[in-house]
Amino acid sequence: MTSYAKSLQCRECGKEYPLEARYVCEFCFGPLEVAYDYERIRRAVSRERIAERPRTMWRYREFLPADGENPVTLDEGCTPLVRARALGERLGLKELWIKNDCANPTHSFKDRVVSVAVTKAVELGFKTVSCASTGNLANAVSAYGARAGLERYVFIPANLEAGKVVASNVYEPHLVKVEGNYDEVNRLCSEIAGRHRWAFVNINVRPYYAEGSKTLGFEVAEQLGWRAPDHVVVPMASGSLLTKIHKSLGELHKTGLIAKPATRVSGAQALGCSPISTAYLEGTDTFRPVKPNTIAKSLAIGNPADGYYALRAIKESGGAAERVTDDEIVEGIKLLASTEGIFAETAGGVTVACLKKLAASGAVRPDEVTVAYITGTGLKTQEALHGRLKEPPVIKPNLASFEAGI
Amino acid sequence: MPVKVLIPTPLRNLTGNAAEVEVEAADIAGLINALEARHPGLKERLCDPSGKLRRFVNVYLNEEDIRFLKAEATEIKAGDEISIVPAIAGGC
Repeated sequence: MTSYAKSLQCRECGKEYPLEARYVCEFCFGPLEVAYDYERIRRAVSRERIAERPRTMWRYREFLPADGENPVTLDEGCTPLVRARALGERLGLKELWIKNDCANPTHSFKDRVVSVAVTKAVELGFKTVSCASTGNLANAVSAYGARAGLERYVFIPANLEAGKVVASNVYEPHLVKVEGNYDEVNRLCSEIAGRHRWAFVNINVRPYYAEGSKTLGFEVAEQLGWRAPDHVVVPMASGSLLTKIHKSLGELHKTGLIAKPATRVSGAQALGCSPISTAYLEGTDTFRPVKPNTIAKSLAIGNPADGYYALRAIKESGGAAERVTDDEIVEGIKLLASTEGIFAETAGGVTVACLKKLAASGAVRPDEVTVAYITGTGLKTQEALHGRLKEPPVIKPNLASFEAGI
Repeated sequence: MPVKVLIPTPLRNLTGNAAEVEVEAADIAGLINALEARHPGLKERLCDPSGKLRRFVNVYLNEEDIRFLKAEATEIKAGDEISIVPAIAGGC
C-alpha cells in the first residue's frame, strides 16, 4: 500500500520537509506535523470498507503515516465505548459515554501511538527505539520494540510507581531511571538524540507517533454510528492527545465519513501540574512552565509542548478546561470504579473529577452526547489508593464468624 | 568567561556540525548575541523579530529551564553549561 502522507509540515511557518525522522522546523523551531493528501484518502475510504476490516486501530490506516499493510501491532485499539448511565446520573448528564482505553495490550492509549511510531521506525531503518516516559509510554515502547526485535532504551523518572516500572522491565529493555522529573528526563533524551541514531518515539519520530492518537477520535465516531459527539473531555499532559482527537473529527468530515462536527473539546489537568488549564482559566495565551507536584504522574509534564495548540482547540471549539486536586483525583477514580466498574489510573481520576466540575458549572451541558476518555488502567498506579479504600474485614473460615463479622 | 553551549541537531548546519561551542557572555541575551557573532544566522532561528526567544525554544542553564530563573536576563558565569532544546512532547 502507498501511504497517503505527503510531507512533514511546520505548524508555525508551513515549511515542508520529506517524510524522515525529524520533528522540528529547521527555520523557526516550530513542531512538524504529517500532511496528507485528503482528496486521495476521500476516494480510498468509505464507512463500509472500514467496517469490513479487523477490529484494530489499523482499520483507519489511510489516516496513519506508516505502512498499514505491515504494521508492528498487538491488535491495539477498537477499545470499548460504554454508555455510563449511573455516572451520568450522578453528574446530571443524560448521555455520557466512557472510552475505555485501559483495554489495550499494555493497558493504556500509548499502544496506539507506539504502534505507529515503531512501525515507522522499522520503515526508516532504525535498529533501536527509545523514549522518555512517565510510565505508560515506557511500557508500550518496551513491548512493541520487543515484538519488532529492536533494541530498546527506555528512560523514566526514578520516582515512578512500582507497577509501571515492572510493566516495562518485564519486556527486558535497557531501562534507565533518571533522578529528575519528566521534563528533565525529556531534556536529557533530546540531548542523547543529538548523539545517537535511535528512533526516540516522542522526539525524532514524534510527528508520526502523535498521529496514532487520532484513532481515539475515529473510533468514537464510528462507535456512535458515524457521528461526532457533542462534547469530549480529554486528559492533558503535553496537550497532544486533545489536539489530535480534535483533528481526527475534522479529518473524518474532510474525507466524507461524517457530517461537519461541532464537537466541543474540553481538557482536564491535575492542579499540581496544570499549565494549560491555568492559562485557559486565566485567559492568557502564554504558559508558565511548572514543577509538577501531583499523584497524576502520567500527566506531570510541566512544560507542555502542545499546550498552545490544545488551548487553541479548546477555545475554537467552545470547550473549557479544568484542574483538580489530588483528593479530587482519588475521588474521581473511586467514583468511576463504583458507578461503572472501570478502574482507571490517576489520569482517569483527573478526567472524571474535571468532568464532574465541568458538569456542575454547566460547561458540559446535560443534554450533550459526551465522551470522557479514560487512557490507562488503575492497576499500574495502585499507590494512589493506599489508605484511601475501606479495609476488608478478616474472618475465620466458618459460618459463625461470617454471621458475626459481616 | 567561557561557557559551554550544547547545540541541538537542527542548528548544527550553522555551527559547522559542532554539537558544542564555547562563547563568552554575562547573561543569556548576551550569549545569544555572542552565538550570532560566531555563527551568523543563529539568532534569527532562536528569537522572533522582536528579539525574544521563540515559543518552541527551551534554554537550560545547568539543567534548569531559564523560565524558572530570569529568562533572557539570567546571568551566567565561567564553567556554566547552557543547553538549547526544541520543545518536545510526551505524555498524553
